[in-house]
Amino acid sequence: MKFLRDILDKQRPLFEKGGKLEGLFYAFEAGETFMFSPNHTTAIKGAQVKDAIDLKRMMITVVIAMIPCLLFGIYNTGHQHLLATGGTAGLWEDFGDKTWIGVKLVLPIIIVAYAAGGIVEAIFAVIRKHPINEGFLVTGMLIPLVVPATTPLWQVALATVFAVVIAKEVFGGTGMNILNVAMTARAFLYFAYPAQISGDQVWTYLGDKVPIDGFSGATALSVAYNAGVDGTQTVVEALASHNTVLGADIFSFSNMFVGWIPGSIGETSTLMALVGAAILIATGVASWKIIVSGFAGAYLMGTIMNLFASNAYLAMPPQYHWVMGGLAFGIVFMATDPVSASQTETGKWIYGLFIGMLTVIIRVTNPAYPEGIMLAVLLMNVFAPLIDYYVVKANKTRRLHRATV
Amino acid sequence: MSKIVKLTKGFDINLVGKAKHELANFTAAQTFAIKPTDFIGMQRPKVLVNEGDTVKAGTPILIDKALDQVIYASPVSGEIVEIKRGDRRKLLEIIILADSNVSFENFAKVDLAGIERDALAIALAGSGIWPNIIQRPFGIVANPADTPKNIFVSAFDTHPLAPEFEFALKGQEKYIQVGIDALAKLTSGKVHLNVDGSKNTPAIFGNLKGAQVNKFSGPHPAGNVGVQIHHLAPINKGEIAWTLSPFAVVQIGKFLIEGVYDASKMIALTGSELTKAAYVKTYVGANVSSFVKGNLNSGHVRVISGNVLTGEKISCEGFVGFYANQITVIPEGDYYEFLAWALPTTRVSYHRALGLLSFLSPKKEHVMDTNARGEERAFVQTGVFESVTPMDILPVYLLKAIMAEDFDEMEELGIYEVIEEDLALCEFVDVSKHPVQELVRKGIELIQYS
Repeated sequence: MKFLRDILDKQRPLFEKGGKLEGLFYAFEAGETFMFSPNHTTAIKGAQVKDAIDLKRMMITVVIAMIPCLLFGIYNTGHQHLLATGGTAGLWEDFGDKTWIGVKLVLPIIIVAYAAGGIVEAIFAVIRKHPINEGFLVTGMLIPLVVPATTPLWQVALATVFAVVIAKEVFGGTGMNILNVAMTARAFLYFAYPAQISGDQVWTYLGDKVPIDGFSGATALSVAYNAGVDGTQTVVEALASHNTVLGADIFSFSNMFVGWIPGSIGETSTLMALVGAAILIATGVASWKIIVSGFAGAYLMGTIMNLFASNAYLAMPPQYHWVMGGLAFGIVFMATDPVSASQTETGKWIYGLFIGMLTVIIRVTNPAYPEGIMLAVLLMNVFAPLIDYYVVKANKTRRLHRATV
Repeated sequence: MSKIVKLTKGFDINLVGKAKHELANFTAAQTFAIKPTDFIGMQRPKVLVNEGDTVKAGTPILIDKALDQVIYASPVSGEIVEIKRGDRRKLLEIIILADSNVSFENFAKVDLAGIERDALAIALAGSGIWPNIIQRPFGIVANPADTPKNIFVSAFDTHPLAPEFEFALKGQEKYIQVGIDALAKLTSGKVHLNVDGSKNTPAIFGNLKGAQVNKFSGPHPAGNVGVQIHHLAPINKGEIAWTLSPFAVVQIGKFLIEGVYDASKMIALTGSELTKAAYVKTYVGANVSSFVKGNLNSGHVRVISGNVLTGEKISCEGFVGFYANQITVIPEGDYYEFLAWALPTTRVSYHRALGLLSFLSPKKEHVMDTNARGEERAFVQTGVFESVTPMDILPVYLLKAIMAEDFDEMEELGIYEVIEEDLALCEFVDVSKHPVQELVRKGIELIQYS
């Protein structure tokens, strides 16, 4: 690695103060520190040694935790395509074809998201003279996982640019943003280009093939919602009888849990989200409190709705909320974003709980938004400072009371 | 009533190079220094001696004009060889070349039973010992005119490679007891002496009268006096507590019994780069060169006055700080490392993020160097600060209040209860590599001088 180091050392003066490319210092720094951790030593006074962690390692841990979802999503994209076009029957048949179809669809989205976001990051870093932040490693991976595989690439690019600029850079960059960047990108797509990210037609890639007779591309959430409006059968029955051309049990609880269903690329598999959650919790990178209380909140709200069940959707067994749509993915990867989440330990319980509850409320009671997790996370991002405010206030009151004893 | 407090939050950094329980026989240090920069909050230092003057141990050589009852005395007898100044004539060091046999200024012996509280304070303030008495809040040298609510002595040190007082103070029981008696007179409340609850109480602290002996157990910072105060009698706005180290208690005892300022002290020589890590008997402010030179495993090292969490870098010819009871010598870390952020490592980490494996072997002793392990980044809060701060304090919010210079918030969030060392672990574990201790001091100064 010495030759690499030598190259960098040679180029360094160009970017340092007084050099020709001084303005691009932070772009150079990002590249340099990506390859080599710097030779900085600790200050004269204060901690003389430092913990081996740095932000890059923390962020890459989150990216690694998303890989199960990503790999599953890639395969499932191909699987759904062949299912819908009558090309396959078994889960593991045509493994190579499915993977290839998935890679062809998903990889460009990832590349576009990283490229578009990376360029914006770099431009801001150079103009605003702040270091390029590693948080984008995570955002760039999250955005592809929350859009359907059929999303046009230009929309991915536009949404990424919008989110990085409006949700992050205008607040001062990573660490200062109020909203989760990836969720903002998705919300942008949802409101700006609803045709490509909602309805029944976008979740399964068909390409130039014709779907088999009786195929419906609806997601479990819209099936459940329609069952509620319809009122002739329970949600579980509606799910069971839906889309039987793709196999009898496509929307069975276990199949939805594993994730062989249509949906956004990375969100379909609750199982893989839980694998990610296990990685995040074991490594201590994400707050287990948010994850646990998020799932609990959804279950709790589902149970409350059962009590007031005036239609089939309200009466749906609460655990179905866990496995339908993007709830699991959203709670594990979006709600736990340390910057936009609640920052006090007590606050994290409340924050997670509300995300779970709001998701179910939006899903069940709002006809316009079949999926609730996106808006629930964004809404609670906005409320997180308020939650923290009261938790901090409680701490202050506690110390004030202590004074009088 | 003595109190037993079990703490769970915190983190022990296990390093190679603990001092053996033996006295090393290095050549005695030749020169000693008083460094005004050691005394945080010293406003207008004034040197009372000139180069070439001869002094005895206990001769006043420095005062702070803002608190001029308190004498800063020479720790040894000898000749003032240099008064070192830096930029804008900032006073850096007063260096004394020591006699081979230390002779002492004779102070009047004090009859503890008969003396008034204020007279005792004045006598101690003039003895050279007083700067050891630290006032909370702010962590500055105490004002003899104040009467503290309580006085706290932490009788164990949980910092990395910290000296063990049981060894360093062996045989000083008599002085400790008299020291405690004197402290009891200075406060309107109690003298708290806090010992390590995870071990048997050392004999030197076991049979003390006049002090409340409390037991604290748990990882670092359980031994920090600030943490202990928080759990015993927290400081609120307008209140004052004093703290001092067991070494200072012994000095007070000696002063009262023998009428001398005896600044002798056991210093622990620690760290992975020392061939011989042991204790050495010397005086406050000793030059380290005779302990370090010829005692090094490698050439490229950092000598630290104090421990690796709160210490200060000094040179191989530098002087031990006034408050430091140890020096630590570790490798300098000024090297580049390829893909250090991604490759698995067993380097010490409180975290368990991908590839950080040190949590698997918590007892293992590590060699740590001074590499900063990453670059400064925006504050990303992950809850770790709270988990290494065993106090009902929200460090992140406190630090943000300091950054925002929000005085009300700082007060309400506990700025009066902390000094640098109490949040030093936050600086260590911080993912974003912020200078937390510097920030804490900034906040304290904002409040102190407001």
